[in-house]
Amino acid sequence: MTTIAPEEAAQEAAFDATVAADERIEPRDWMPEAYRSTLVRQIAQHAHSEIIGMQPEANWITRAPSLRRKAILMAKVQDEAGHGLYLYSAAETLGASRDELLDKLHTGRQKYSSIFNYPTLTWADVGAIGWLVDGAAITNQVPLCRCSYGPYARAMVRVCKEESFHQRQGYELLLTLSRGTDAQHAMAQDAVDRWWWPSLMMFGPPDDESSHSAQSMAWKIKRHSNDELRQRFVDICVPQAEALGLTLPDPDLVWNEDRGHYDFGSIDWTEFREVLKGNGPCNEQRINRRRRAHEEGAWVREAAAAHAAKHGKAGR
Amino acid sequence: MRDTVTTPALPLGDDALILSHRLGEWAGQAPVLEEEVALANIALDLLGQARVLLSLAGDEDELAYLREEREFRNLQLVEQPNGDFAHTIARQLYFSTYQELLFEQLADGDTELAPLAGKAVKEVAYHRDHATQWTLRLGDGTDESRTRMQHALDALWRFTGEMFEPVPGLESLPWATFHDVWTTRITATVEQATLRLPEGPQRGAWTAGAGRQGLHTEPFGRLLAEMQHLHRSHPGATW
Repeated sequence: MTTIAPEEAAQEAAFDATVAADERIEPRDWMPEAYRSTLVRQIAQHAHSEIIGMQPEANWITRAPSLRRKAILMAKVQDEAGHGLYLYSAAETLGASRDELLDKLHTGRQKYSSIFNYPTLTWADVGAIGWLVDGAAITNQVPLCRCSYGPYARAMVRVCKEESFHQRQGYELLLTLSRGTDAQHAMAQDAVDRWWWPSLMMFGPPDDESSHSAQSMAWKIKRHSNDELRQRFVDICVPQAEALGLTLPDPDLVWNEDRGHYDFGSIDWTEFREVLKGNGPCNEQRINRRRRAHEEGAWVREAAAAHAAKHGKAGR
Repeated sequence: MRDTVTTPALPLGDDALILSHRLGEWAGQAPVLEEEVALANIALDLLGQARVLLSLAGDEDELAYLREEREFRNLQLVEQPNGDFAHTIARQLYFSTYQELLFEQLADGDTELAPLAGKAVKEVAYHRDHATQWTLRLGDGTDESRTRMQHALDALWRFTGEMFEPVPGLESLPWATFHDVWTTRITATVEQATLRLPEGPQRGAWTAGAGRQGLHTEPFGRLLAEMQHLHRSHPGATW
């Protein structure tokens, strides 16, 4: 059994007091090792999701059907790279390095959001990702703007602003399709049919099965339970789907007067676990492409480092 | 074939459109995250230029999506596949150095292109600086990067002569001076990067000015097939 030094006990008390007072923990503050590692895991997973998440949308940049849409989509994918950059930077304030985190992604030791293991089969999928996937991400991330760890909370303020722009462009894209030709409307409906359930799974397993939730709530890294956020998202989406003139693929979706919320059908958690395990439609494709980009770029990074060393500048 | 559009906005718009498209192909595959942001940034600048220029020539989407290959007036240089990162940088160095000279001149003139050129020249100065910095890093980096960078400069050299064929409608610009200044600037960068200026001809045997006349290289047909497919599959639809 280890004894806690009085100094450390005082530090821990200061940490607890900061969290209890809803103030921010900053990089130089003492923090419990488990708090640090939980944050590194979560921020890294978030950063990885941003850069893997570029792939399904980049899939449509070269086929965007108008120059205006192409510009919007390019800007959106660029934003995701930017989010990746400042999230990796936030993780670096906790002592992790970007190279080490990327290595963990490439070797499967860290995860990214499972949603990006689904394919973008039509142009309408770009709209569905914006409306549903970015919408779900915002629902998850807005509370993170008040996360107890300062650099993460501040990064999320910026991320959420941009995500809310992405969500609106996705909605507007779908609205244009829904009101367009019959073929465009059908394309939009098909995309929503395929993305609805995976979007609900983005909030994670049900509360009684969520392994990390309780401690994260206590540390104020997390503010609401998975099921609470999922319900909030459903309640937001139903009227939006009506306004879009599209249906959500759930016959059990009905307003519950007593609860003041929409009831919805049960989620296929078997699919969720399978995709998480690696058996989704694109798991292998996504990670292989990421690894390949990294490997093919190795000589470029080495050249930049060698040049910087020769000329006395810091490398990338 | 629709009426031939004669404004110089068309060939210059096509240059920006096609190079932007090529740079967009890098999304998700750049060698380092900072370059995802940088390459997308350049692609977005060029797409913005293309939209203004094509709108001077007609309807931007009609021009981008409904023309056939022989109706495009872009340089063959900008349609060349990305290749490795060194090829992308060499293409950008050659093109941005040219575009900067051209736009500086146009910005000072009184054609309909002056407002766009005045705004774009600041963007292009950044594009040229980005390509220059990478040429220096790759040329004066490792043995492998030096070999790759030299190879890329050599491979694309034969597409550079076309840039100095006068663009129809802009015959009064100092094209010979552009060529001289361009060569001076490229030489300076290449030498600083410890590389050598390619020695071969700056044009292929039958391709002098070809892109500007609607004659393109094999990869261009595939680029257009991909770019235009969805738009053409839904005639008359709004996006």
